[in-house]
This record gives sequence, structure tokens and C-alpha cells, in this order.
Amino acid sequence: MAEQELPPNLDELEERLRAARARESEENGPKSAGRHSLSGLGQGMRLAVEFVVGVVVGAGIGWGLDRWFGTQPWMMVLFLVFGTASGVMNAYRAARRMDDTVGFAAAQKRADEADRDK
Amino acid sequence: MANPIEQFKIKPIIDLQVGGIDVSFTNSAFMMVSAVVVATAFLTLSVRSRSLIPGRWQSMAELFYEFIANMLKDNVGSEGRKYFPFVFSLFIFVLFGNILGLLPIPVVGFTYTSHIIVTFAMAAVVFIGVTVIGFARHGLHFLRMFFPHGAPLATAVVLIPIEVISYLSRPLSLSVRLFANMTAGHIILKILGGFVVTLGGMYILPGILPFAFLGAVTLLEIGIALLQAYVFTILTCIYLHDAIHMH
Repeated sequence: MAEQELPPNLDELEERLRAARARESEENGPKSAGRHSLSGLGQGMRLAVEFVVGVVVGAGIGWGLDRWFGTQPWMMVLFLVFGTASGVMNAYRAARRMDDTVGFAAAQKRADEADRDK
Repeated sequence: MANPIEQFKIKPIIDLQVGGIDVSFTNSAFMMVSAVVVATAFLTLSVRSRSLIPGRWQSMAELFYEFIANMLKDNVGSEGRKYFPFVFSLFIFVLFGNILGLLPIPVVGFTYTSHIIVTFAMAAVVFIGVTVIGFARHGLHFLRMFFPHGAPLATAVVLIPIEVISYLSRPLSLSVRLFANMTAGHIILKILGGFVVTLGGMYILPGILPFAFLGAVTLLEIGIALLQAYVFTILTCIYLHDAIHMH
């Protein structure tokens, strides 16, 4: 076979691989740009899920606290509002294609830094 | 037309009762076992020769390995390396569940990723694991990320509940995304399949149109199976990054 007649020079191969990788990371940036390159349908679905899930989790926490403290329905009302706020925040963050890190301020800061680097 | 929801029914293959609890070996369990067996066979047999110049199978196995290794390196950094076995297993399990679920296997054919309890269990393991890692590495300092730096202290009453809810909604959104994509896709496939049978049964010609459409949607579903396994894994990596490097 051809491979056996021509044993590859490993050092040379390694050198070429390293050069190719360096070139690639120069072109694409160190972090893969565009972590979520989803289709339009996927993107829309993601936003809907993010928003609904925030509301559901908020309502669930409120319901649990109400059962715990016997304060029906006040905790659920309060946490439904918090849940809606966090759902909007999640959806906004996903729409801005910020990363999925916790903490809006941190995500905002990182997005600004990424913009400045460009 | 066949009921498009019937495909999600869990049917016991071997009935088992332990202390009054139903632990039957079901079609879902069978597909999970097959996914593990097929994945293990694929990954061990393909690298058996360990040749320097990989063959077709070995290249495929190496492709998966490098894909996840690079994903961890890019999104978590070098500390992420020790979580590689977990992340790789998660990716392979979701991927094989999605792909094997698309195969028309009689009687036991089933997509376990189309059940929210399965995806939620995986997301919950990721969520609890990441939270434990965060507390283990940063102690109570980990709680700082629920309150942004520089915000007025009075806003904590509102901001902290919002950030906590946002954090707690992660496992749910992670599991719902995978479950909803797989369920919706399989329902569409079943409905289109029903069109092919009913229209094609009357005349051959009108059956061709839904059949062509079904072919296109099947290709799309293969893409979605790959994409959703990727999304599930990359979000795991991002959560892991959060827990390891707090900002």
C-alpha cells in the first residue's frame, strides 16, 4: 500500500498541523463565533421556551411558598410577576445572542466587551 | 390514519414488579439499552486497530471525540478536561437516542428523548452537578452571581428573585427544548406518513407529493437530531464554564 511505502514524517506533519490550527484560530477567533447559529424556527422556538419557562418556574416557586407559609395567593401573585420579569430577561438575553450565563449584568458586560474587540 | 401520538406510548416488554412498584422493562428502556450498546460497540470496535492513519470508522469515532474535546476547550477551558467523560457520554446518549428514534424499528421503536421526564432527568443531573461544582469551587461566594456588581443595594429585593428564577429555569428550558423538538418532529413525520398512505391508497399520483415532502422532512429531522444533541451539550459546557469561572 502507498501509506507503507511512504512513512509519514511525523515531526513535519505535526508542524503543518500546528500551522494550520494557528491559521484557523486566527481566522475564526479563539472562541467559536456564533455559539448558536440556529435556524429561524429554532431561534423562535428557543425564545418562546425561555419566556414560558421563566413564568412557569416563578409561578411554581410562588405556589410552593404559599403552601409552605399558608399565604395563598399572595406569594404566587408576587412570584408570577418575578417569573415574568425573568422570562422577559431570559428571552431578551437569548435574542441579543448573549451567552447563557447567569446574571444579566455580567452577560451585558461581556457582550459589550465582545463588541469592542471587533 | 394512524394516531400520531400513539408512537410515544410506553409499552412494557417484560413485566416486572418490585415491592408493588412497576419496574417493567419497557420499549423506552430497551431503546436506552440499545443506544448504550450501539454507542459502546461503535466507539470500541472502530478504534480497535488504533492505526495512525484512521480508516473510515476510526475517523468517525475520532470526529466525535475531537468535536466534544474542542467544545469543552473553547467553552470551559483547560479545567473542563476532567468533565470530558461526563459531557461526552451525555452527548452520545442524546445523539444516539435521537438517531435511533428515527429508525422505523417494529414493536420496540421509540424515541426516549421525546419524553420530558427523560430529558428533565438529564438536565437535572447537569444542573445539580454544576451547582455543586460552583459551591465546591467558590463556597458561598458563588451566591454573588445572583446580584450584579454596582447595582444599588435597594434593588436587591427585586433583582435577586429574578436572577434566582432565571437560574432555576435553566434545567427546565434545557429539557423542554430537546423534548419539544423531538416530539414535534415525530408528530410531523407520523402525520405526513398518514397522508402518504391515505392519498396514495386512493390514487398513486397524489401520494407522491406528501411522500416527497416526507423525504425532505426526514432529512430535516436527521439535522434536528444532530443539532439538538449539540445544543444540549454546548449548554452543559456553558453552565460548567459559569460554575468554574465566576465573573
